[in-house]
Amino acid sequence: MTEQTRKTSRWTIWLPLALFAAFVVLVLIGLFRPAGRDVASTLIGKPLPAFDLPPALPERPGLASTAFGKGQPRLLNIFASWCIPCRVEAPQLDRLKRMGVPIDAISVRDRPEDLRGFLAQNGDPFQSIGADDDGKVQLALGSSGVPETYVIDGKGTIRYQHIGEIRPEHLPLILEKLKEAGR
Amino acid sequence: MRRLLALLLFALLAVPLAAQEEQSTAPYAYRQLDDPRQEDAAQALMESLRCLQCQGQSIADSDAPIAGSMRSLVRERIAAGEQPEAIRAWLIERYGDYVSYAPRVTSLTWPLFALPLVLIALAALLLRRRFTRRDGA
Repeated sequence: MTEQTRKTSRWTIWLPLALFAAFVVLVLIGLFRPAGRDVASTLIGKPLPAFDLPPALPERPGLASTAFGKGQPRLLNIFASWCIPCRVEAPQLDRLKRMGVPIDAISVRDRPEDLRGFLAQNGDPFQSIGADDDGKVQLALGSSGVPETYVIDGKGTIRYQHIGEIRPEHLPLILEKLKEAGR
Repeated sequence: MRRLLALLLFALLAVPLAAQEEQSTAPYAYRQLDDPRQEDAAQALMESLRCLQCQGQSIADSDAPIAGSMRSLVRERIAAGEQPEAIRAWLIERYGDYVSYAPRVTSLTWPLFALPLVLIALAALLLRRRFTRRDGA
């Protein structure tokens, strides 16, 4: 063997160990910084899918997609009375309502009597509530859980999807997205 | 002792509060289609769709209410004559590739499909060199 080949073989002997170390680093990164488990809707920037939901409460109006895209941005809140984080975001929705933000809601797999109790307990910031009993509209919107809040602009385009409850610290973000949608 | 037994009995009988959970009125969440051939097609598709809530499971395996909604959607659309791949495409349009367990070749995933072929070619090359060397010796 010449001097040259001996040098390269000495170098390559460390290659498997280096590969293994790189693999260990990759695993550790995955362990300590796991990827988010949210499944985001891929409908951002696309028009709101057409739907027409019956009222969740008989004395209130239901919700159709035609309520959106009338020039003003609106919030579309996906919630349910059985959803505990939805209680957490109720005060924030109430504040948005008092700021003059129109909010509509879809209650998913819910019962009128439970819903009534939920609204009595947590406040009712919604202009209308549609009942999505079989969850089809939720799927059509690309929503993977409750609560979720969509910002729909004045042309009926989905501009933003907030996954999970709106906490107090998220309010500036929501207002910013509404402002962007209003431009 | 008797009091303890009574307590244990109560614990057994207690209805968990969480049982007043969400109810799905999706008609085909837990009901099979009447036509066995259609049900087979629906089942095959459901096994290759991810439950959005319990993400390690397919919607065929999951008891999450949203999986029930997805099963019903799949079955109703199959019963209406829609092709399984069209239903998958409809879901991917909304949730991205993550919702499907059937991998697609895209600009991002093609190396995964190409790499095995490259490795096999490399192995063939190495083996050939080794064998020809032995022949020469």
